[in-house]
Amino acid sequence: MTITPTGHPVSTGDRRSVPLISTGGRRSAPPWWFAAPALVLFAFVVLVPSARGLYYAFTDWDGLSPDFAVVGLDNFVGITRDPDARQAIWHTLVIAVSITIIQNGIGLLLALGVNTVIKSRNVLRVFLFAPAVVTPIVTAYLWRNLLGPDGAVNSLLGAVGLDSWRQDWLGDPQLALWAVVAVVVWQFAGYSMVIFLAGLQSVPKELYEAAAIDGTGPVQRFWSVVRPQLAPAFTINLMLSIIGGIKLFDQVYALTGGGPGHATDTISTLIYKDAFTLGEFGYSIALAVVLTIIVAIASTGQYTVLARNERAAS
Amino acid sequence: MNRYRWRTFGLEVVMVVAAAVIAFPVYVLVNLAVRAPSDTSSPIRPTTSPTLANFTQAWREGGLGGALVNSAIVTAVSVVIVLAVSALAAYPLARATARWSRGMFLLIMLGLVLPFQLAALPLYQTMRDLGLLGSVWALVLFYSGLQVPFTTFLYTGFIRALPQDFEDAALIDGCRPWDAFRHVVFPMLKPVTVTALVLNAIAVWNDFFTPLLYLSGSSQQTVPVALAGFVGQFVADWNLIFAALVISIVPILLLYFALQRSIINGFAGGLKG
Repeated sequence: MTITPTGHPVSTGDRRSVPLISTGGRRSAPPWWFAAPALVLFAFVVLVPSARGLYYAFTDWDGLSPDFAVVGLDNFVGITRDPDARQAIWHTLVIAVSITIIQNGIGLLLALGVNTVIKSRNVLRVFLFAPAVVTPIVTAYLWRNLLGPDGAVNSLLGAVGLDSWRQDWLGDPQLALWAVVAVVVWQFAGYSMVIFLAGLQSVPKELYEAAAIDGTGPVQRFWSVVRPQLAPAFTINLMLSIIGGIKLFDQVYALTGGGPGHATDTISTLIYKDAFTLGEFGYSIALAVVLTIIVAIASTGQYTVLARNERAAS
Repeated sequence: MNRYRWRTFGLEVVMVVAAAVIAFPVYVLVNLAVRAPSDTSSPIRPTTSPTLANFTQAWREGGLGGALVNSAIVTAVSVVIVLAVSALAAYPLARATARWSRGMFLLIMLGLVLPFQLAALPLYQTMRDLGLLGSVWALVLFYSGLQVPFTTFLYTGFIRALPQDFEDAALIDGCRPWDAFRHVVFPMLKPVTVTALVLNAIAVWNDFFTPLLYLSGSSQQTVPVALAGFVGQFVADWNLIFAALVISIVPILLLYFALQRSIINGFAGGLKG
């Protein structure tokens, strides 16, 4: 592919090595059309369909027939009256918040552990991240068996004498949602670990040493020396897990299919069911709009707080 | 902090135990995959006479060969496209100081927040109208656009942290921006390209929702969709299902273990940028 030069030649006046004539400090910037291929693909796949989605949310379209009517806010009013939808929104929030807290808590502990002089640290880093690489539906199918009535988790409980703890983990509506959370945390704790680890490695050694000389304990050292340095890692990790948790689909689909009953349905699984098994395209996309609003509120809110903390830390 | 003491040994034991707990499901996965269906002993007991019969049967009946080829094509082609267009886009977005550059960057970053569920259904319609449903090329097109925001984000951060002297020198020597990008900037992006390559490959290889939508009912399938079909067909045959799961994760794990050092270092680079 050859790309012809545009009508914007490399600016000739201003060169840092030729400081004879000042043109206001402009340097030769790369042309904007370098971004065009990416923009076209992005617009085709994400922007335009999202905008159309927004429009369909106000219609009663079934996804097939050529005619449909604009119904205003009917779909959204419907969502507020639909117990399944309200429950799914609640599940989505519970899953997103719990995953964010538990996954990052464990990830941080693992990162602190492998950031020490223990001999197995390099091997542990590689292996603890490995679950994050495996296809989510594969891990979900694996856990579906492990958590079954005759699965490995119950066998293990039996083997260590905790027979009374044995459960049908995915069949119990009270437990199934937490099983979903546990599986996601199991898979992605190593992902959080690696990001925290990257943050930990940017903590200057002198800071540790100075704190050690001052005779501070490990907890105090973590709180006053390490934690502020980890602010960017916290930002990335919390954003990734909250957004990932809100959009969660694959794991729920393969682990419980939203069941038992609707006990683990999230907004994403409900969107899929409403659109493709019930043919309620307009309603389902209104749910997608609700999902978007939740993601937007969560991410901008979180970002504002975290950015403030990052500034305070630096 | 620097010496190996008894306390360090204690920590080492705790960490190894934690890793063992995390690895336990993988042990069960392999243990059951090599077990004959007639062996109904506890899933945590090591299999006494391991067999590979499940693997051959899963391979024969799961259509995994074709699915692996499809997944490989989709992953390879879309990752190459995404890396190329995103690196090219990130160059002006990171360097130009004009207002359009900031606006364009924010527009693309909007894609990080928009849930794909919003776009998935209208795009489904467009793909149908274009006659692309049921074809792996629909997926290539989809991922090429979907992965742009994340990849552009990685590249932009990295370029901003790069010194500008080399490309300036090239431009002063009469290089066109395109040649400066190709010969000077892109080669310097190698570390982030490796990270972006692996993270994109994992995302594309692992995705389930989109191929479930766009390929359902067709003979062309990717690995996750083929697995879902396989699990549905052999519901209670867990030894067979586990063999299929093992087969499906081998390629992506090999890629990970080959490139793990760059990935883990790549995160560190991304944080500093």
